[in-house]
Amino acid sequence: MNVGTWEALILVLRRELRLGFRRPDQLLQPLVFFLIVTTLFPLGLSLQLSLLRDVAPGVLWVAALLSSLLSLDSLFKSDADDGTLEQLALCGQGLTVIVIAKTFAHWLVTGAALVLMSPLVGTALGIPGSAFATMMLSLALGTLTLSWLGAIGAGLTVGLRRGNVLLSLIVLPLAMPLLIFGAGATDRAISGTSAAGALYFLAALCVFTCTLAPFAVTAALRITLE
Amino acid sequence: MNTAAVGLEVEDVHVWRGERHVLQGVSLVLRARQLLHISGPNGTGKTTLLRVICGLLRPEQGAVSWQGQSISSVRTEYQAVLAYAAHEPALKGDLTALENLRFAVGLKRRVTNVELCASLERTGAAACADLPARVLSAGQRRRVAMARVLAMNATLWLLDEPFTNLDAAGALLVTGLLQSHVDQGGMALVVAHQDLPGRDVRRLELAE
Amino acid sequence: MWTWFYKLASPPYVYGVAATLTPWFLGLAAISIGYGLIGGLVLAPPDYQQGDAFRIIYVHAPSAWMSLFSYSTMAVAGAIALIWRIKMGHAVAAASAPIGASFTLLALVTGSLWGRPMWGTYWAWDPRLTSELILLFLYVGVMSLRSAFEDPARGDRAAALLAIVGVVNVPIIHYSVQWWNSLHQGATVAKLGKPAMPGSMLWPLLAMLLGFMLFYGAVLCMRLRGEVLNRERQAAWVREVVKS
Repeated sequence: MNVGTWEALILVLRRELRLGFRRPDQLLQPLVFFLIVTTLFPLGLSLQLSLLRDVAPGVLWVAALLSSLLSLDSLFKSDADDGTLEQLALCGQGLTVIVIAKTFAHWLVTGAALVLMSPLVGTALGIPGSAFATMMLSLALGTLTLSWLGAIGAGLTVGLRRGNVLLSLIVLPLAMPLLIFGAGATDRAISGTSAAGALYFLAALCVFTCTLAPFAVTAALRITLE
Repeated sequence: MNTAAVGLEVEDVHVWRGERHVLQGVSLVLRARQLLHISGPNGTGKTTLLRVICGLLRPEQGAVSWQGQSISSVRTEYQAVLAYAAHEPALKGDLTALENLRFAVGLKRRVTNVELCASLERTGAAACADLPARVLSAGQRRRVAMARVLAMNATLWLLDEPFTNLDAAGALLVTGLLQSHVDQGGMALVVAHQDLPGRDVRRLELAE
Repeated sequence: MWTWFYKLASPPYVYGVAATLTPWFLGLAAISIGYGLIGGLVLAPPDYQQGDAFRIIYVHAPSAWMSLFSYSTMAVAGAIALIWRIKMGHAVAAASAPIGASFTLLALVTGSLWGRPMWGTYWAWDPRLTSELILLFLYVGVMSLRSAFEDPARGDRAAALLAIVGVVNVPIIHYSVQWWNSLHQGATVAKLGKPAMPGSMLWPLLAMLLGFMLFYGAVLCMRLRGEVLNRERQAAWVREVVKS
């Protein structure tokens, strides 16, 4: 009565979501952080919406990057601390399946939530409604890629003291292409030119990362577990 | 291959932790219906040995094989027949005991709630089934962890200090479970400070 | 054929080879860099567009090239160590990292100095310099990760994995920064580009590149010997070496 890979994925996904929703305050924290960071920029820069509009894509994306990073630290930490990570590693499904389910669950509660919140924040920063579709699509692709890059960082730094600072140090340089193309796509959508090129590149990055990152994360976790 | 004859074989395993030569050429053989008690002073690598046997830690030298094949080449099949209970009970505090079991055992085999509750009953933790693990006492958590081992229907049990935090009745219970597991054809490796009562208990003493 | 490969896994052998190679690398590097510096700084004619300012290319371009080469070496050595479990690979990666970071820093400083006469400012987010900056961040990440682990073996493995992930990302980062720059670049900002080069300018540049590579080899061998001694300090052969 062996458990199939798909069944195992769904089971781990349910586990992650159930654990997440049992601590709703922890789920909301990255989203609140997102709002706070985006508020910082108008406070620090200017009240004029037309000026804000120029920097809006960048501000939105930097805020999304930083909020996602905040919650990545806990991707494997809790399981590593109480010993359940070892149990998952020995369950017979292979760590890669576990990793895919956990990272996807993380994206659902962080990245996907950010995407849904982005029209709200975009309006506050002066981004016109016509750019929302591109903005949300770029954020969706970007946060998914970021969840994977962050998972690599999280796998490498689990169990280190002050691992969260090192995590950001490792992940942010790797995430710079995402920032460039994501903000670039939104920027083009605002100015009316075609954002297709940037979006295609983001999609390519996303596919590339989603294909290769699971193996890197698995390798990182094996190093941690030794 | 006659599974009664071939089982778990550990050959000349060496492990270094930084500069310390923790395991210095450990070998053992374990077959069906055998119980091996690993003992030794603190710091002699008992837990490390168990983790090497699980496959979590790759030794610098030496090999572990299951039914004649290296465990790294038959990882999935090997993991399907083993149950590892670490020193920590390894329960998620926010999940109930039953949910913990479901998400752990459910990855190895399809299991119903009825079966899981039966396992909890056998280890005396039936009352804990719907309580979140963080409100359970250390002894209760240990019983739930033991129930998880039971529910996995594994051939090879690898238990690290299974008697920790258990009262006399609990210790007796675990000993009984070990004995019946071995009698029914299973095999077990137990790291423990105290002696294990029972017939045919072999012993491996790890020295400094 | 594989015997030499496996010999490279033996620490005393690596130690010995590094000791033999170092003086050769140093000597050849000195000759090459000497020719390059004289040819580039003194003999080559000034560029018609940039005047004498372009001469910094003789240090800037080889540094930038070496920073990338060094990172690749670090990643490849780490990969060899991870896949074949050859610990000397980790020693090479650990020895290489600070050298590469230094080359990156040198490229950034010389690039910035070059930018001053070109743009009127020390930093203008030129795409190549921005890529170098991000490469510096990658180096710092790998070095920090290695030193954050208490168990040096795990630190080595984690750093090797990160270096591999980084090396895959370097072309992506490079292309992204180029694209970004093409979006925002004003018409007045000139890129730090190689001027069209006749032979008298090109040969010294190639000589500098070769010289830098040999210098890298020499310093790598020197640091590698130190790394090997440190990592193998429990072994009997190390005690012999230290005694003598």
